[in-house]
Amino acid sequence: MTDTRLPEKEPTPPQRSPMMDRVTGVGTSVARSLVLPTLAMLTALIIGAIIIAFSDIEILRLLFDDPGAAAGQMVSEVSRAYRALFRGSLGSVNSLSESLFAATPLLLAGLSVALGFRAGLFNIGAQGQMLMGGLAATYVGVYVSLPGIIHIPLTLLAGFAGGMIWGGLAGLLKARTGAHEVITTIMGNFIAVFFMQWVLTTGIQDPGRNNPVSAELVTSARLPRLFGVDYRVTIGLLLAIAFVFAVHWLLYQSSIGFEFRAVGSNPKAGSYAGMNVAIVVTLAMALAGGLAGMAGANQVMGLEPYKATPALAGAVGFDAITVALLGRSNPVGVLWAALLFGALAAGGREMQGAAQVPIDLVVVLQALIVIFVAAPGMIRAIYRVKGREEKPTQMTTGWGS
Amino acid sequence: MDRVETTTPEVVLRTSVEERRATIIGVVLMALAAVVLGVFAFGVPSDASSTFNLSLPTDSIQNVSLTFNSRIFSAVAGVLIFALGANRLRRRNLERTNTALGIGLMLFVLALLAWAAADSSFSLVGMLRSTVISSIVITLGALTGLTCERAGVINIGIEGQLLTGAFVAVVLSSAFGTWAGVAGAMLAGALLGALLAWLAIRFSVDQIIAGVVINILAVGLTSFLASRVLSEAQDLNAPARVSSIRIPLLADIPVIGPMFFDHTFFVYVTFILVVALHIGFFRTRWGLRARSVGEHPKAADTLGIDVLKVRYRNVIGAGLIAGFGGAFLALAQISRFEENMTGGIGFIGLAAMIFGRWLPFGALAAGLVFGFSGALAQKVGILGTGIPSEFMLMLPYVATVIVVAGLVGRARAPAADGQPYIKQ
Repeated sequence: MTDTRLPEKEPTPPQRSPMMDRVTGVGTSVARSLVLPTLAMLTALIIGAIIIAFSDIEILRLLFDDPGAAAGQMVSEVSRAYRALFRGSLGSVNSLSESLFAATPLLLAGLSVALGFRAGLFNIGAQGQMLMGGLAATYVGVYVSLPGIIHIPLTLLAGFAGGMIWGGLAGLLKARTGAHEVITTIMGNFIAVFFMQWVLTTGIQDPGRNNPVSAELVTSARLPRLFGVDYRVTIGLLLAIAFVFAVHWLLYQSSIGFEFRAVGSNPKAGSYAGMNVAIVVTLAMALAGGLAGMAGANQVMGLEPYKATPALAGAVGFDAITVALLGRSNPVGVLWAALLFGALAAGGREMQGAAQVPIDLVVVLQALIVIFVAAPGMIRAIYRVKGREEKPTQMTTGWGS
Repeated sequence: MDRVETTTPEVVLRTSVEERRATIIGVVLMALAAVVLGVFAFGVPSDASSTFNLSLPTDSIQNVSLTFNSRIFSAVAGVLIFALGANRLRRRNLERTNTALGIGLMLFVLALLAWAAADSSFSLVGMLRSTVISSIVITLGALTGLTCERAGVINIGIEGQLLTGAFVAVVLSSAFGTWAGVAGAMLAGALLGALLAWLAIRFSVDQIIAGVVINILAVGLTSFLASRVLSEAQDLNAPARVSSIRIPLLADIPVIGPMFFDHTFFVYVTFILVVALHIGFFRTRWGLRARSVGEHPKAADTLGIDVLKVRYRNVIGAGLIAGFGGAFLALAQISRFEENMTGGIGFIGLAAMIFGRWLPFGALAAGLVFGFSGALAQKVGILGTGIPSEFMLMLPYVATVIVVAGLVGRARAPAADGQPYIKQ
């Protein structure tokens, strides 16, 4: 699924602005922004193949008796797994739909993390914001009854508001007291899970259940499917793509977006230029939270059984971090990264079903891809790609200073 | 420790901040007193009595218990908390604010327990014992974090190190015995530490990002191997349970004995480690060097300290601690591997590090406090008080937010924490 014809000789123009780093990605050329992720992906797949090959007990036992046969089985095992991965992600119309379906929440949550990065904030709390957004959306989706054309936007808005409050709280704490957002958002994730468990067992619980599950959303609050009932992808995808443009506009065309980026790259300079850093930080976290909240709303409005549980976010909130990093916090980059990881997720399910290779391999691949993208020096050393060693810059601030 | 001793406006500023804090905490204490008096004291019949059992069935001295009238106990506690709060509002003795808060919270919890156990009894010592047990992983996680951060490297990957340690411990312990499991777990933790250090130092990857990615990698890899290997070979997921070592005489002391002196070796090693790290960081040359690298790497470099080497050593060494914690979790607490079995305890460890202000004894104290709130959540759930146990489980996280927000005094991280060092 990757383009393995490596444009290795692509000349890389000198970087103009070392201030923004390679991970946030400003000032990098298109060519280079493609070479490294492709190589990172390829390397991750190679390592993944090694992991698959050497984790089958039967083959390992065979390895001592008949190394040749064992090697043959390893190759067939890996190729079976990767063919299933490809088939499940791009192989058929249904696979494509599944990939897009999985990409939808990743895209919204990835935009959330990316927006935070642009304002110099590391939002590890997309997970908790998704829960709060999902919860708020559930309330509107269960108790309100309206025609769909009003009900759906209203429910999404509730999701946005729920996430916005949770993210904004972390921003406010940072602005008012200097509490580091990494700590407050991590803690916020856990608080949100327990809060959710409490609400779903006392407040909006599905009648007749004793585990934390909400009642079902009414039909008018459910996101319609985009290509008919057979394919699970919903109009949530279009919404998420619209937000790619919205976030792009916000960051690069609006004056508040300029303030986000200015404060993100140097809060002191922003402050001297007359920007209100406290407001910028709070607002950026609130908007980031809102985007994640919409991702949470998508998880109750867009898939069966249209109910909220404390597990509604799955691992999307954390995968969103990898999406934002791979997309270099650029809204369009985040779109491609979300599509890629969505495809991996959908393919992973097929791989698990058809080739008995656990879907968790996909998580390993994601982590490896991000490691290689974040440490391009490693990829350069492996493939001897020429290029200037970038000046390392910090994306987030430690809690020391 | 680092008080400003000059008569600049900073002192005035500091005093006004302290005064505001004293007011806030005074009000909080008053509110707690109101709950204690209104709910705990007068929410029970006047003749109800509570019994706290102070001995376990296994103790050599049996049937030690405290029985008292629930209402009178809570009333006394409430009045005391009220007095503490009133004293804060008078804004005298500004330094003692945290002590007052600590005593107030302790009285509050005792009153809560007396209320929950009204007309019944519960095993106070059993709860304290499980507090100690559940504090161990948290403390080890916090020690991992502070060993890294004192040298200027932020480690968010503790969770992943614990998880990987637990996995390796289970597999190796099932195959080759406990000691192999513990050693392998420590090595695995150190290996992930080395990866973190390598990414952070050699490639200057943002340390928080590196840590987050290590967590994701650890979850993916251990879950993958668990469902691919352990489900096939069940015998690799059956480690022998590590048994307790009763320390003669000391274990017979009522309350203290079962709390501290009847545990697996992991617990004793953790206590020794706390002391050793305290001495190491604050009494030895190694500690001074490590701390100077964490506070002001340039100055340290000027004095001939190899900054990067110190950082590598501390981060990898800290990985050994985290791996040990993972082994404890897998071999002494749960005795098998389950996917994502750490469930966020590494992050509680991180919180305990901050709560304990980057001090080894602080880490232990914070570990005990967080462990206590977990044990309390369990007990309160069992006693059926109507307080949702979810709110008790939230406590460590809420407490951490309060601490980083500076409401209970500003916790100060090492100055160069999280900043890569590039030799000029």
